[in-house]
Formats: sequence, C-alpha cells, structure tokens
Amino acid sequence: MTSNSISGRAAIVGLGATEFSKNSGRTELRLAMEATLGALADAGIDPSEVEGFSSYTMDNVPEYEVARLLGCKNVKFFSQIPHGGGGACAPLMHAAMAVATGVAKVVVVYRAMNERSWYRFGKPHDFGGAPIFDAVNYGWYMPHGFHTPAAWVGMFAQRYMHTYGATSEDFGRVAVAVRDFAATNPAAFFYGKPITLEEHQASRWICEPLHLLDCCQESDGAVAMVITSAERARDLKQKPVIIKGASQGIAEGQQSMTSFYRQDITGLPEMGVVARELYAQSGLGPQDLQTAVIYDHFTPFVLPQLEEFGFCKRGEAKDFIRDGLHARSGSLPINTHGGQLGEAYIHGMNGVAEGVRQVRGTSVNQVAGAQNVLVTAGTGVPTSGLILGAA
Amino acid sequence: MTEAGAPAARRGALNSEENILAEQEFMPAVRAMVGREYGRVYAWDAVNAPMIRQWCEVMGIDNPLYLDADYAASSEHGGLVAPPAMLQAWCLEGLHMNNYAPGSTDENPYEVLKLLEANGFASVVAVNSDLSFDRYVKLGEKLYYTTRLDAVGDEKTTALGTGYFVTLKMSFFSEKPEGDEQVGQLLFRVFKFRPANPVKPAAEGDSAPAVPKFKRPKPGISDDTRFFWEGCAEGKLLIQRCTACNTLRHPPAPVCSSCHSFDWDSVQSSGKGTIYSFVVMHYPEVPPFDYPNPIGLIELEEGVRLTAGLVGVKRDELAIGQAVQVEFHTFDDELILPLFRPVAQ
Repeated sequence: MTSNSISGRAAIVGLGATEFSKNSGRTELRLAMEATLGALADAGIDPSEVEGFSSYTMDNVPEYEVARLLGCKNVKFFSQIPHGGGGACAPLMHAAMAVATGVAKVVVVYRAMNERSWYRFGKPHDFGGAPIFDAVNYGWYMPHGFHTPAAWVGMFAQRYMHTYGATSEDFGRVAVAVRDFAATNPAAFFYGKPITLEEHQASRWICEPLHLLDCCQESDGAVAMVITSAERARDLKQKPVIIKGASQGIAEGQQSMTSFYRQDITGLPEMGVVARELYAQSGLGPQDLQTAVIYDHFTPFVLPQLEEFGFCKRGEAKDFIRDGLHARSGSLPINTHGGQLGEAYIHGMNGVAEGVRQVRGTSVNQVAGAQNVLVTAGTGVPTSGLILGAA
Repeated sequence: MTEAGAPAARRGALNSEENILAEQEFMPAVRAMVGREYGRVYAWDAVNAPMIRQWCEVMGIDNPLYLDADYAASSEHGGLVAPPAMLQAWCLEGLHMNNYAPGSTDENPYEVLKLLEANGFASVVAVNSDLSFDRYVKLGEKLYYTTRLDAVGDEKTTALGTGYFVTLKMSFFSEKPEGDEQVGQLLFRVFKFRPANPVKPAAEGDSAPAVPKFKRPKPGISDDTRFFWEGCAEGKLLIQRCTACNTLRHPPAPVCSSCHSFDWDSVQSSGKGTIYSFVVMHYPEVPPFDYPNPIGLIELEEGVRLTAGLVGVKRDELAIGQAVQVEFHTFDDELILPLFRPVAQ
C-alpha cells in the first residue's frame, strides 16, 4: 500500500434498503429516497451533509433530484457507472476516491429500480439500424435472435464446460448453495424456498446450457450506502466497514457481454484485472478472505470468478464446488444473502450490502470471524470489485 | 396442476409410438387448464380523443361520431365515442412486448400454448378474432380485460398440419364506482400445430400468415462495417484485413488493434469453419424467430470467429468441433444473413 492509495481511507458507515419484490407499488424515486434516508439514519449523518453521489448510468433516478429532496446545498462530486451490474462495486470505489481526496466528505451511493413491474430488464432490445456504436455492435447478434443476456452467458459457459469438464450439475450446485442461504434470509425473494439439485436439473431450459434455475429474477427494490472517511467513521453509530480495495476492470478484447473473439473465452480477464488490483491495494490474498459475494446473475460465471481470484486453480472451480467449499459451512461460503439468484437482483448493490453486514457481524447467515469480505460485480461486461474489512 | 375432471386423452392419429406416448402424457394437463381465468390487463390510458383520432386516421375512418365533438354532442351518445372495433387496442402493451399497464396480471393466458409447444406442436396460426360489443365506450372510461381459456379442441389435421384449436375469450370491462360493467368480448382462436411440411425456408407466398408479420431486427451499419453486409448481399463472407500488418479481424473496426493502421481491405472467406461454442435458445420466444433457436460461435478456417444462426442442425451435430459451411438466407425480402449448416468433416 502506497501513501496515496485509497485503501483504508474511506468507510461504509450507513446502509439502507427497501424490501425486495416483483412489484414495489411505488416509484423508483421513492425507493431511492427510502433507501438513502434509511442509510443516512443508519449512519447518524444529517442528509444536508451529503456532498457527493455515485450511481449507475442505468439508474433512472438522477442524483440532483435525490440531492434536492435531501436538502443538499454543497454537492461537489457526482458520477455514474456504466455496464449495469458490472458497475455494482464501482460507485463505492468512486465514493472512496472522492472521500480520500477530500473533494466530498460524505457520499451516498444508490441503486433503485422497478425493473420487474415497470419494464422487463432481461427482454431483448432492438437497437435499430443507425450507425451508432451500440446498433452496429449488437447488429452482429440481434438479426439472428441471439439477443438475451442468458444466451450470451451460455456461449461462454458451453465452451467452459467443454474445456474443463464442468457440467450443468456444477452450475446447479452454485444455485442450490445460494438458495440455501436465501431460504434463511427473511429479506430474500426465496425465503423458506430452498431447491435441490434434482429440481435444478428438471427446471426448463432458458437457453442451453442454462436452466431456469441458473438465472436470477428481475426485481423491484433499492439499496443505498453512505461513505465517509475512515477517521470520522470511528465516531459514528455503526461499526466501520473499511474499503480496503476497490477497482474497476477492462481487459484485452473486452466487449459488453460478447467478448467471444478473445483467444480463450473460458476466463474473465477483466475480473483478473480487478483481482490483482484489489490484492495489491489491500495487501491481502485469497487466504485472508473468510467469505465472498460472487456476482451470480447467471451461475456459470461464478466458476471463472473463483479462479480469477485465486480461490482455486484455472479449471478447478468445478472441484471446489463439488466439494461444497462455497456452501454453508464450506471454507469460503459465498453469497450468504442468497445472491442475485435467491435474494433479489438489485444489480449487485444488494451484494455490497451483504458484504457490509458480514463485516459488521449482522448478517442473518453470519460467517464466524468474517474480517475481510470480497464483493464482485457483474460478469461478461466491464466490471468492478471491492474488498471490505474491519478497521 | 390439478387433473380433476380431465378426460382421458384421445388417442391421436399419429403413427409414431413416441408421439402417441407424448400425447397421453400431456393432454390431461392441457384439458385441466380449460376454464382457467387469468387476471386483469389494464389499459394504459383512459379512452381519449387523440388516440381515437389517430386510430381513425390510420384506418381511414371519418365517422363524425368518433371525430366531431359538436356532432357527437348532438347524437344519442351526447359526446364522442370510441369506434367499437378499437376495443382491443385500449389494453395492448404498446411499443414494447409484454409491457402492460401497471397493476396488470403477471399470469400468461397463453401458457397452454407453451405446453403444446413443449410437446411438439411448435407452429401457430391465428384463425379467429371475433369482437362483440355490449355498448359504445365514451371518453374518460378506464378499461381492462380478463381472459378465460375457453376451449381446446380435439386433435385436427388441416392442410397446415396436425394440432389443436385453442380458444381464448377476453372480456372487456369499464371501471365504474357502482360496479364494473362489461362492454365487449373478444374471441381469439389459434391453431397450434405440428407442420405438415416443416421448415420451408422463406415462405413462397402460398398461404399468407394470418398473424402480423414480425421482421428480424436489422443490424446497424456504419462506414466501418458496410462492406460486410454488402458482401452478404453478393453471397460472399468477407473478413476485414489490415493492409499494414495483414491481421484479419472480426467484428470489423476502423483501426487495427495490433498496429493501429487505419488502412484495410477485405478478403473472402471460404465460409468453412467449426463450431467453437453454441447455445440453443428456448425462452423468451420472440417473433419472428423459430424456437428452439440454435446459435453458433463459428471459428472460420481463416482464424477469426463470428456468431450466426445454425440451420439444418441435428441434435447430435450440435457439438464443439462440428464442421460447418456458410450459406446466405434472405429474410423479409431485405435482410441477408450468413447462417451455418453442419457438413461432413
């Protein structure tokens, strides 16, 4: 850690969330405000103190409206992160940088969405015939009907299975383990509803090789957090959760969901970029992490993430999972909130929230002795990650 | 799923033992769904003059009862009314599929079609859309409909193929404080069938489809990529080549990622390649695509990859390493796509 590193400089001091549902029954702006005010109350910081915001480009709630309704008068930093769930950890990184440089003393990050009840996020999108980048880029896929996130993930998954001998059952073991955690999380969609491997295998195809139970569900809900300096955090209401590492990642041959042209498509090199930076910033390694929130919009990409972060060797994630090391009472329980698969799909911001709870010691599925927690963001796209830890 | 009251499946006229077994297994489940009611689908907007005007303009209707407020005020209706035939339009999802008005049900009234599909009756043709009306609807009325799966007929063989007539009834209501009032009904019947002559590439105009024709999305085409699509139109699969360092690249780009030269030309691929990876898409079913829809990531023998639909592929040919050959298909009389077909190694 160099003297100007952001590691250890900022802390997450407040956490707020709405319930997660398929129909919130209220506006996205209201969800954002409920979560944000909840996070500020949790921190014990007055709303007028907020000086910065970071959210997602995909969020429909603008920061100026949140600022106006909070009564902010002195907002000096605001940013939005692209690439959907790939941005999940990046608002925390931007907030930490703003705090570490002194530009903003208190920053709010949020993600609020009615993506189930107001629109269907996972539906195919027609980019049109214009020469703008997205239309040209997705023009290689849409005319063939190759147009859903599940299908794009499936293309990587099929090659991964072929190369390393992973099976649909291995993907199923990921789903079963996270649904086991969801089953004991009252905030989860699938509270009280664990699944078996047989049910996973019997669930219908969405896109071979992905079954229904390999896929998360679109959700309504909001999560917000408050970030300030590690120094101030010591005097606030909650146990400080220190941002020990934060990075975004783009690697060679990067595209958004369609990096099919890389020499090898069985890894997630952008997550490798994130992993190396997180470990370098924090001075930690895989052996120092007691639990992790591994982005699981679709199960197959959990496996190469375990490899990129060095929890197992390349191609051996299937063995890690067959041994149950990712499950309750394993050596690295992952997604103890139930994951995007089991808790809700709030574009990964709910995963960051679980990382905060694990460090605080307040998770409903608390991992004993959780000192340092890894959180990763959406896969297949430019991505991001965090290591959170106790002071 | 209850099977109460489900009559035993009628033994079909299919000669394949496998098909007969399939029918015996799935028909009780289909019959058990008949009579099922599905929840409300609300109109996005109350009945309003601008939408009526636009609808009449498109349909070429100039009836003053719908368009002339003064005339309509002097009529027995006392004001503008909506054209009865517009009834279904009020509650449609609009531009985006399945984007129904807030509060609408999540239930899928077409679930029985999925079940038939899953059992081999993959094709569909709409055969009836019969509207009936209880009264005119006036400006300001807020409409919704509910759906009932009314009937699934016995197995029939028509010129199109063998399958089942499925009838849905949508009942349209106007919300009223004193109790909602039915304003009309739509009987919608489809024939869900196994085609008699499956997979005719590019329909030759023998039987015009009774359902609206959805077109495939067109690609965005830029100065960097136009050569590729023009090549397709000539039946050539073209690959971009950097003229400075001879690197081939796909997808095309304005500059070489190896040497950063902006100079390029293209070379014609043999169209021979292998399946590097693949998926088979099942859900959601989006028109006009046929499902299951196999898609290949093709590694051309020249060394670059591209993604494309697979045609004429048997299940055991869907494997990494399978040899394929390009062929060009025309869709909607305007879109020419390279697709790949398995060939002997």
